[in-house]
Amino acid sequence: MVDSSRTDVVRDIAEAYAAQLGPLLPVLHAVQERFGWIARTDVEVVADVLNLSMADVHGVVSFYHDFRTAPPPAQLVSLCRGEACQAVGAEGLVAEVRCELAGRPANDIELAEVFCLGNCALGPSGTVDGRLYGRLTSDRVADLLRAGDRP
Amino acid sequence: MTRVYVPGDAAAVSAGADEVAQALAATPGVHVVRTGSRGMLWLEPLVEIESPHERARVGVAGVTADNALAALDVATGARPASQTRGAAYLGVVDEHPWLARQTRVTTARLGIVDPASEDDYARLGGWRGLARALTLSPDQVVEQVVASGLRGRGGAGFPTGLKWRTVAATPADRRFVCANADEGDSGTFADRMLMEGDPFALLEGLAIAGHAVGAADGLIYVRSEYPHAVAALRRAIEAARAAGRIGPDAFGPGHGFEVHLRVGAGAYICGEETSMLASLEGRRGEVRAKPPIPAVAGLFGRPTIVNNVLTLAAVPTILAEGPEGYAAHGAGRSRGTQVFQLAGNVAHGGLVEAGFGITLRELVEDIGGGTRSGRPVRAVQVGGPLGGYVPADRMDVPLTYEAMAEAGFMLGHGGVVVFDDTVDLARMARFAMEFCAAESCGKCTPCRIGSQRGVETIDRIISGMDRAADLALLQDLCTTMERGSLCAMGGLTPMPVRSALAHFPEDFGLPRSAGAR
Repeated sequence: MVDSSRTDVVRDIAEAYAAQLGPLLPVLHAVQERFGWIARTDVEVVADVLNLSMADVHGVVSFYHDFRTAPPPAQLVSLCRGEACQAVGAEGLVAEVRCELAGRPANDIELAEVFCLGNCALGPSGTVDGRLYGRLTSDRVADLLRAGDRP
Repeated sequence: MTRVYVPGDAAAVSAGADEVAQALAATPGVHVVRTGSRGMLWLEPLVEIESPHERARVGVAGVTADNALAALDVATGARPASQTRGAAYLGVVDEHPWLARQTRVTTARLGIVDPASEDDYARLGGWRGLARALTLSPDQVVEQVVASGLRGRGGAGFPTGLKWRTVAATPADRRFVCANADEGDSGTFADRMLMEGDPFALLEGLAIAGHAVGAADGLIYVRSEYPHAVAALRRAIEAARAAGRIGPDAFGPGHGFEVHLRVGAGAYICGEETSMLASLEGRRGEVRAKPPIPAVAGLFGRPTIVNNVLTLAAVPTILAEGPEGYAAHGAGRSRGTQVFQLAGNVAHGGLVEAGFGITLRELVEDIGGGTRSGRPVRAVQVGGPLGGYVPADRMDVPLTYEAMAEAGFMLGHGGVVVFDDTVDLARMARFAMEFCAAESCGKCTPCRIGSQRGVETIDRIISGMDRAADLALLQDLCTTMERGSLCAMGGLTPMPVRSALAHFPEDFGLPRSAGAR
C-alpha cells in the first residue's frame, strides 16, 4: 500500500533540492534523514521529480553504503576496522561485541563494520547511535548501548 | 568572565569534550568557546584558558566533567597544580615541546581560532590571502601558486599551480573548483581537523582558486563519516556569506563566488577524483579512465580544479605572505610543509605539521613517543591503506615524495600508522585485499575481481598448502592490478601486500631470507 503522506513529503524534499547542482545525493540524504531509510516508492518519486530513470536512482541508492533500503534497527553500533584501529585491537573488539550481540533480534541492535571514522589516534573507534567514541572496549560498548536503550 | 576554550573537534568529543563543555558552561563567570583541537590528541579533552599571569593560554589535559572545575581552578592559579583531580596541568600550551618543535603554517590557527567566528578568523590573519589575490590578475595568482612549489596534499603530489594553469587555459563557458574532503584513508584525519577547527581557511583557499581560474562555483565534497566537519563548514559558509566574503559580489560587483557543500554517502572510492566528480553529479561513484583529466573535462564536463583540503588551505598563506616563504620549507622538490598524522599504536598520537624531510623515526619515536602499548615498533604504514608497511629498521627514510618513492613506499596524505611487534603482516596484507574488494567501485576487473582473488590467494599462502605456487600467483596478480587498474585503488592495493611480503616474509611462513632485504 502506498503511503500517500510519505510520497508527498518525498516529493516536497525532491522539489526543494531540484534546482541545486547535482541534486540526487542531497535529496536521498534528506529522505533518509526524514524516514530513516529509502523505500522503493521513494525512488519512484525522486526519479519522477528529478527527471531520472528509476534505474539511475536505484543504481545510486545501491552503490553507497549509507543508504538503507529497509527500516533501521533500534540501535546501531559501528566499529572501525581501519588499519589504525586494528593496530590497537579493533579486530578483537569487533569479535567480542559480535559475540555479545549474538542472539539479539536483528531489528534490535545492528553491528556495522566500517573503515575509518577519522579518529585514528584514539582507537579503537566506533559510533553508538551516531555518537563517536574513542579507546573503546567491549564493556564500554555494552554500557553505551544500555545507556542509549533507556526510554 | 573567564573565557575557556574547549575543543569541539570530533576526536576531543570522542574523549568526552562535550560533557566537559557542558559542565563548564554551567559554571557562573565562565564563557565557553568551542575551538578545534591543537592536535595533541592523546591529551584530549585539553581545556585552555587565557591566563592573567602568563598572558597566554595555559592548558589542562585529560579533563572530565568531574574534574573540570578543579582543572579550571588550577589553570587560573586558584588551586595548586598538584590538585587537578586526575587532569594534568600543561602550562603555556604554545610552549609545549610537542607543539614547539612543529612548523605550523597551514594549521597555524588550529585550536586557537573560534571556528564559528568570521571575525576571529579575520583577527588572526584570515582573508589576507584572498584580499591580495583580488588585487592580482588571475594569471598572477596562478603563478604565485606555481612559484610556491605547492603539490597536491591528497597523496598524488601533483604540482598545484600547473593544475590551475591547465584549468585556466582550457576554453569553457563555466569552470569549477572542488575541494576533495572525502578523507577515507585509515590513519588520516588532518582534513577533518582543519575543517572543524579552521573552516574559513578552506573557504578562503577555495575562493582564491575560483578567482585564479575564473570559476563562480566552489564545491566541497565531505564524507558522511564527518558530521562535525559538515556542521562546522555549514556554519562557516553562512558566516562568510553574511560577511560578503563569498556570495553574489564576493570578487567585486557582479563577480560572485558561491560555495556548495555536498556530503558523500559512505563510499571510500569517492576520494578518487573522477569518482568524486561522478558522485557530485549525482551518479554512482565509479571512476573513469583519464584522459581527459578533470582539469580539462571535470564536473559536468567543464574544466575543474580538484584539490585536497590541505592543498587549498595552504593557498591563503602563500598569497598573503608570498610564495618564497612557503617554498623555504621542505627539501628537494617537496616544498613547504606536510601535515602528518600520527595514528594507530602510538603513545602521543595527533597532528604534526613539519617541513618535508623529517624522518619517519623522528616522527614515530621522538614526537610520537613510540607505541601506546609500550612494546617495540615493528611496522609503520605510511600513506593510508594503499601505502606500504615500513619495517622498524627502515624508519630513517626522510619523508619527502621522492625519498619515499625511491625506498619503494609512498608518502600519500601523510598518515602514519604505527604497529607494535604483535602485528601479523600476512593478516594486514590480506586485509588490504579485503578492503579493496569491499570498497572497489567495480568498474575495472583487476580491482573488482583481483582483490577477491588476492584474499583467497593470501589465505592459501597462510594455510601453507602450495606456498611457492601461490606466492608466484600473488606477485603476478599484484602486477596485473598495478598495470591494469583504472585508478589508484586497484593500482596501489598491491603496495601494502608487496611491502609486507618483502619485509616480513616470516609472517607468511617463509624464511627471512625470502624477503627483499
